Amino acid sequence: MDTIIFMIFRRMRQPLLVLIVTYAVAILGLTLIPGQDAQGNPWRMDFFHAFYFVSYMSTTIGFGEIPYEFTDGQRMWVTFSIYATVVAWVYSIGTLLTLSQDSLFLHAVTERRFAYRIRRLREPFYLVCGYGETGSELVATLVERNYHVVVVEILQERMNVLRLEPLREYVPALRGDAGRPLHLLEAGLRHPLCAGVAALTNSNDVNLKIAITTKLLHRELTVICRADSHDVEANMRSFGTDYIIDPFDTFGIHLAMAFQAPGLYLLSEWLSGASHQPLTEPVYPPRDGVWIICGYGRFGKAVYQRLSEEGLKTVVVEATPDKTGTPEGGVVVGRGTEAGTLQEAGIAHAVGLIAGTDDDVNNLSAVMTARTLKSDLFVVLRQNQSENQTLIDSVHADIVMHPSRIIANRIRVLLGTPMLYDFLRLAQFEGDEWACILLSRIVALVSDEVPDVWELSIDDEAAHAVWTAIREGSSPILGDIMRDPRDRRQTLECIPLMLARQRRSVVLPEPATALKAGDRLLWCGRYRARRRMEWNLQNEHALSYAMTGEAVASGLIWRWIKARGLRPGSVGRRF
Amino acid sequence: MNPEKVVFGFFIVLALTLNFGFFVGEMDNPAHHNAYELFAVLIVNLIATVLKFGDRTQMGAVLLATSLVAVLQLFAATLVWGVGVYATEGGLTPELTASIVSLSGGAMLANVVSVTLLVIETVLLRR
Repeated sequence: MDTIIFMIFRRMRQPLLVLIVTYAVAILGLTLIPGQDAQGNPWRMDFFHAFYFVSYMSTTIGFGEIPYEFTDGQRMWVTFSIYATVVAWVYSIGTLLTLSQDSLFLHAVTERRFAYRIRRLREPFYLVCGYGETGSELVATLVERNYHVVVVEILQERMNVLRLEPLREYVPALRGDAGRPLHLLEAGLRHPLCAGVAALTNSNDVNLKIAITTKLLHRELTVICRADSHDVEANMRSFGTDYIIDPFDTFGIHLAMAFQAPGLYLLSEWLSGASHQPLTEPVYPPRDGVWIICGYGRFGKAVYQRLSEEGLKTVVVEATPDKTGTPEGGVVVGRGTEAGTLQEAGIAHAVGLIAGTDDDVNNLSAVMTARTLKSDLFVVLRQNQSENQTLIDSVHADIVMHPSRIIANRIRVLLGTPMLYDFLRLAQFEGDEWACILLSRIVALVSDEVPDVWELSIDDEAAHAVWTAIREGSSPILGDIMRDPRDRRQTLECIPLMLARQRRSVVLPEPATALKAGDRLLWCGRYRARRRMEWNLQNEHALSYAMTGEAVASGLIWRWIKARGLRPGSVGRRF
Repeated sequence: MNPEKVVFGFFIVLALTLNFGFFVGEMDNPAHHNAYELFAVLIVNLIATVLKFGDRTQMGAVLLATSLVAVLQLFAATLVWGVGVYATEGGLTPELTASIVSLSGGAMLANVVSVTLLVIETVLLRR
């Protein structure tokens, strides 16, 4: 606010001075020049009349010569005054209009409006720095899941993209350098409802700075950083950045998982996918045969390393090996988009192709060429730009990997349901077969769309009835809250994925597990199951019905009757 | 030498001297108080006020405040004069003159504060 008012004042100083001086001169002149009244007696205009006359003269309203007709001397002075005052007005108004068009001024106004809007936020929100490919995916997926998001982005073009994006709710965005603490503060870094920060800018340094700023100014916040080099990663870790995501490693791990454990891969896809996304079919990449990797950049390297660890035979195709370096197994020079290179790489004996360059067109071209040479090739396609979605879809690759989307989903999981992250980590120890059984259970629940995933903690806020029941000595079990509140013989369409109690986590807890205050549960299932479960969690009567099958008498008289034992056989639970 | 300071100093001191000139004389005698002088005080004070617009320093803010007080007092004085002379029957009575002059006296006090502050600032700057 201050800046804006000061800017207006500073700019208006000159025009106001000009206006005051011209008015003063015009008024003074009118009072000094001798005139005549109606009878021809000498008369001098007083200040009151002079001010009145100049007021309407300078604004060119023109009521005429009052109170008496002017003498020639007065008219000469008025002629001069008219031009002087009108010019002064034009100058003042012009300055004000220029100011309203001034980009600096406009920026100050938008910045102020933004800060005001952030201060007025009344629900938890996440701060996303950088609205690039990953940032936009993250914002879309967060908004999709009903989280509030605030964006800081340095480039105007990307801001425009955000404004045109058909997001379900308004996302406040500030154009500014996220590396400057001022902008982060304006975006609500210290806001008590700020729930987490994701630093996703292109620059490692800026991400580092965001992480430091956050950890210094608002310690408790979860910070998730993108880092391209292990050096920066170590630096970020040193001061307690919560999660650091290396897009290249993440991509490599993801791909390796698809090879190693298709069931687990599918499980993580389903549980961390965008909501209302259709269930994808499991894919089984062939393991015995040669894989061709197109591109040996940072992504290609990560992929090569992972696949080698898996014990797969690989051939790398790279256009500029002198820049990217050469893998141990040697390299076939070329882009992979022409038949010659692919044949040289041994496409005839290959079982799969990974098109992993940073250019969508080259990747598509490589896939098309490879398919004409060998039609039953297993194809993994890397997608770089969201806008190429239709092209990518039409190729029908066996696996499409969009690094930005993978990272965005991962961050969303970390921010929204961090337990899912732990669950997926623990799931890796359980093996692929276990994952396949769980997958079939999920399919039975949800049939066509990916399941909803949510967390629940047994406390006064989120599960009042259960919490009270535990405190009063009864022991509700997990199976109780999974009963349908309308008919307890039915089970709600949900699966408890994990139970976290103090430091111990149990994957797929048994329904007979007794609940304790402070337990945290991870669920997956249908959205309506989640809504219905709320009854069991919050309503004492619903919970009591779910536990015992008895509707508790709630009125005084009925309780009295029950206490007298007039209805034998009832399990009188008193509240 | 800062030309901005010179200009502002000139106007604020001029406002004070003119104000004093208008103020001296018998309190209720219209002949001792000239309308032109009041006009000049008002204009000079307005200019001094506008000169302090957009000054972000602490001293600038205080000087803006004192100038605004002076301008307000002077406006009140001219308003009393105008209303007394043109909107009532009696014309410029001694009572009216006394209230005009006392209002301008208030403005003068504000201007004295301004000048004092200016002097203090100058002394502090000298080191």
